[in-house]
Amino acid sequence: MKPAFSVLFLTTLIGMGQGLLIALVAGQFYFVIGTGNEQDSGLFYATGSAAGLALLGLGLIASFFHLTHPERGMRSIVRWRTSWLSREVILLPACMGLAFLYGAAHWFGFAPVLITFGNQKSLDLTMAIGFLLAASCAMLFIATGMIYACVRFVKEWATPMTVINYTLMGLSSGFAAAAIVAAVENALLRDFLAGWAALFTLLAFAAKGVTLWRNKHLPAPFSLKSAIGVHHGSIRQLSQGFNCRSFNTTEFFTRISPEVKPWLIGLMLVFGFAAPSALLLAGWADRYLPALIAALPIQYVGLLTERWLFFASGQHVQNVYYQRKS
Amino acid sequence: MSRKQLALVIDLNICVGCHACVTSCKEWNTSGWAGPMSDTDPYGADPLGVFFNRVQTFEAGEFPLTETIHFPKSCLHCEDPPCVPVCPTGASFKREEDGIVLVDYDKCIGCKYCSWNCPYGVREFDTKQGVMKKCTLCADRIYDETLPEDRRKPACVLACPAGARMFGDISDPASEASQAIRDNAGFQIMPEMGTRPANHYLPRRKTKMVIHDDELMRADNPLLKEGELPRPQLSEPFLDDITSW
Ligand code: SF4
Ligand code: SF4
Repeated sequence: MKPAFSVLFLTTLIGMGQGLLIALVAGQFYFVIGTGNEQDSGLFYATGSAAGLALLGLGLIASFFHLTHPERGMRSIVRWRTSWLSREVILLPACMGLAFLYGAAHWFGFAPVLITFGNQKSLDLTMAIGFLLAASCAMLFIATGMIYACVRFVKEWATPMTVINYTLMGLSSGFAAAAIVAAVENALLRDFLAGWAALFTLLAFAAKGVTLWRNKHLPAPFSLKSAIGVHHGSIRQLSQGFNCRSFNTTEFFTRISPEVKPWLIGLMLVFGFAAPSALLLAGWADRYLPALIAALPIQYVGLLTERWLFFASGQHVQNVYYQRKS
Repeated sequence: MSRKQLALVIDLNICVGCHACVTSCKEWNTSGWAGPMSDTDPYGADPLGVFFNRVQTFEAGEFPLTETIHFPKSCLHCEDPPCVPVCPTGASFKREEDGIVLVDYDKCIGCKYCSWNCPYGVREFDTKQGVMKKCTLCADRIYDETLPEDRRKPACVLACPAGARMFGDISDPASEASQAIRDNAGFQIMPEMGTRPANHYLPRRKTKMVIHDDELMRADNPLLKEGELPRPQLSEPFLDDITSW
């Protein structure tokens, strides 16, 4: 498949944004269920939410570059019953709205207690919005992953690993971003966030490894026999019917030379996972700030490479019909 | 199988790969009310254009025992079209009344997601209009009452000089299309994809004639002589119990 840059930015940016917002909510919850005496400032949560909102917004803008008729974008919510793309279009603004409310409630310190439980713990408004926010961010991870995982004609994508990878990479980069916000704001959550960021990065590393292994052992993506219904052991294409390009020869093919591909995979694994997890661990254990801050931009380069490879190595079934010009 | 399902039936045994259906499809559909099927750089070095129908050519076997197969391919108007439910806007839809899968060009946002969900590579994106396009089974002419009845067929069917293309309702067992599928082992392509394509193909059929020696040489002529046979004797066995001559 052909990677579109708008989609590379869309998926990596919103993934990071969702991870960041989930990290904030997780951090707040960590304090709430703890001793209850410590809590970070409203300013920290508001800054974090603003950062998350900005990332989601940038993703949304990137997505508009993918459409030829963005002015009709509102129409894309109508098939929410059947289309994961439609669900993503609904969930993304929902996450943005909740992130705004979450940040605003923290900023203004507007946290009336909603319910008090038997153990003297209570649920206040910010935490309640936080739960909704985290839930919609989690659903958005599923929707984004399922957009690709449900395309059954690209075998490399049609696996639950696609959803798992999107989620873990989002959580990993999002927690890393949250750790930076915490470090800048001098928040108590810094170590909590950096530690989980390192853990998620390692988990994402493992999941990516499993996926690479799986995709190496896929059966042949198509057969000419069933494509043209001729039961012969040896069939080849003589002509695809035209000599130049068509939508079907551009949208579905990316040629990566076999010499370059291992380098790209190496770049993805080192920049996307190995280096950032080492840096995050250094930032977590030694409280070494430059390492903590450097992890994210390095990882982002790796994640863009990952996303590019994800598209480029997807082999669509339709390619069976476009093997040879003449 | 009660709902109407219009479809094409393409006879691979007849198709000679002349591309008449390709050009007449382009001509009809580029001139219609739905707007042109845009081309960029049509006479230049790198033309790119939208076509609803393409004829591809395959070869089976090893030289000298090879066989050439011309294979016209357009949207198959699947009965279970995977391209439809994924469209976020509802621009892609399958028409209830006749089973034609269509794109509403006024709703399409150009996300191309439908094309990813078609295994046959038959949807083509119009970069000038920014919408997804595909075969409409000539929805604009098959019901056109200003045309004589025998002309109310898709342009490709009318154009085929060899008569390799049939058009009809495959859910009606009496239609010409259904009969052709039944009588000639019509098949669907990529049935394992679960799309239940409505368009069918008829297989290549070997038209060999077996001639035995005794069909060239008369077996009941032991003397190998033409002309009147000798008159049998009265005592010899006779033909019809009445006469021996
Ligand atoms: S052939 Fe492709 S575009 Fe046409 S209905 Fe089937 S899946 Fe959809
Ligand atoms: S390209 Fe158009 S028809 Fe296809 S899925 Fe997107 S909106 Fe629907």
